[in-house]
Amino acid sequence: MKLELNNVHSYYGKSHVLEGLSLEVGSGELVTLLGRNGAGKTTTLRSIMGIVKPKQGSIRFNDVELVGKETFEIARYGIALVPEHRGIFSLLSVEENLAIAVRTGSRWDIGDVYEMFPRLYERRKNGGNELSGGEQQMLAMARALVNKPELLLLDEPTEGLAPVIVDEIVRILERIREAGVSVLLVEQNLAVCERLADRHYVLEQGNIVYSGTGEDFRQQESIKDRYLAV
Amino acid sequence: MSLYLFQILNGVGLGMIYFLISVGLTIIFGLLNFVNFAHGAFYLIGSYLCFTIVSLTGNFWLALAIAPLIVAALAFLTERTLIKRAYHLPHTYHILITLGIALIIQELTISIWGPIGKSVSVPDALQGVFQMGHFYYPKYRLFVIIFAAVIAFALWLLLERTRFGALVRAGSEDTETVSLLGTHIHKLFSITFALGVGLAGLAGVLAAPIRGVHPFVGVEVLGIAFVVVVIGGMGSFTGALVGGLIVGLVQSLMTTIWPQGSSLMIYGAMAFVILLRPYGLFGRG
Ligand SMILES: Nc1ncnc2c1ncn2[C@@H]1O[C@H](COP(=O)(O)OP(=O)(O)OP(=O)(O)O)[C@@H](O)[C@H]1O
Ligand SMILES: [Mg+2]
Repeated sequence: MKLELNNVHSYYGKSHVLEGLSLEVGSGELVTLLGRNGAGKTTTLRSIMGIVKPKQGSIRFNDVELVGKETFEIARYGIALVPEHRGIFSLLSVEENLAIAVRTGSRWDIGDVYEMFPRLYERRKNGGNELSGGEQQMLAMARALVNKPELLLLDEPTEGLAPVIVDEIVRILERIREAGVSVLLVEQNLAVCERLADRHYVLEQGNIVYSGTGEDFRQQESIKDRYLAV
Repeated sequence: MSLYLFQILNGVGLGMIYFLISVGLTIIFGLLNFVNFAHGAFYLIGSYLCFTIVSLTGNFWLALAIAPLIVAALAFLTERTLIKRAYHLPHTYHILITLGIALIIQELTISIWGPIGKSVSVPDALQGVFQMGHFYYPKYRLFVIIFAAVIAFALWLLLERTRFGALVRAGSEDTETVSLLGTHIHKLFSITFALGVGLAGLAGVLAAPIRGVHPFVGVEVLGIAFVVVVIGGMGSFTGALVGGLIVGLVQSLMTTIWPQGSSLMIYGAMAFVILLRPYGLFGRG
């Protein structure tokens, strides 16, 4: 598994959001993408999935060019995005939300994700609109797992969640990494990032301004102050 | 008393036909966010295919089985070649394009079958009346009610109990997330469009022996379908069923009470619902 973004330029209308971004995620790696509000993190994930179409540059996944492909094709190559807004279908039950995502041959089936998230099993008959924020996040992650991912893109999975739930999500991320699935994680919670990640990228105004290993990043107080302090 | 029962049954039969027309319109709008003004024209094709198949073979059942499939296939082709190019455009373009399609279909119908209406005879097995005590009711009309109810139930199962149905419901909330899960969204759109339009074709077949076939009926059917959808709520299966029955019953009961006002009362019912519930009885705001 390898994801490579090379000199990617993405726009919303005329506004130039990604200005030649390059990054890589290798096999089994958990890599974070950090940066201030509006830096372009979500846009990066949306560009990978083909929701935003880059005007220039290349995005290769296992040596297949993704730029120009449709979102559903990119998903079928084995990239699953858990979006910032979670995208739970409110008119579908928890079980139906999972069922429409199941792809054969995934490491995890519905039973496995119920075992990982017992709360979802209890709520399986409930409508998506009846879930708490934490339950929605769990369902969004579970749905990505049954979708046969080789690479998981997570957009701020712990945002707005209570500390106990954050802990639970961190435990799940550890299990996902142990299973060998690669992860590109966008996250504001630095403690979570430092605990989990092999490598970090820092994004500022559509460009990577820092990249380094977990070990190196821990000592980069000035980078954290400059680009990540609120 | 039995006159009212007769009209109520007529209203239910009419309502079920209106349901079949409107449910397609509403599902298509819900999933594709697409306004199909050609919906009545496809009903028209269904009814004329019924006429032709019955004229050629004398077999209504063959028409009932084949005509809706042909209509669905035509809808599929129209979607693949033309309509899919318009999804990203504002609704006004949807209206222009599908109104154009509707006119083409209507004029083709006239050039093939002529401008004058035709009648389709009721199948032999359903000739005559069904009798219960002192009450008589045409067998064919009873058949329409039962058959449409079976179709409605099958459609409900399809939408509520299958993966395809879950995808249609999910897509009517958020197509982007459905694509993110690896669903071939264009295929889902085409199939749903063909299904919805095929149901209008089916309604055209069922109505043909009762109302005959006429090249200008498409516009009237479209108008009624919109009234039903506005009453029931855009995108709602239950809304199409309840709305269809309300319109059918109002129309049928009015023909005994105040015939001239029957169309007026339908729009009155619609205005009344809009005032109380702007999104329709079962619509989500
Ligand atoms: N749909 C849109 N249309 C126009 N501009 C947009 C749109 N979405 C985002 N932007 C702009 O693009 C830039 C990058 O946004 P993006 O959502 O990628 O940032 P982010 O790093 O994910 O921020 P956050 O931490 O707030 O989620 C911002 O300046 C934002 O205002
Ligand atoms: Mg974001």
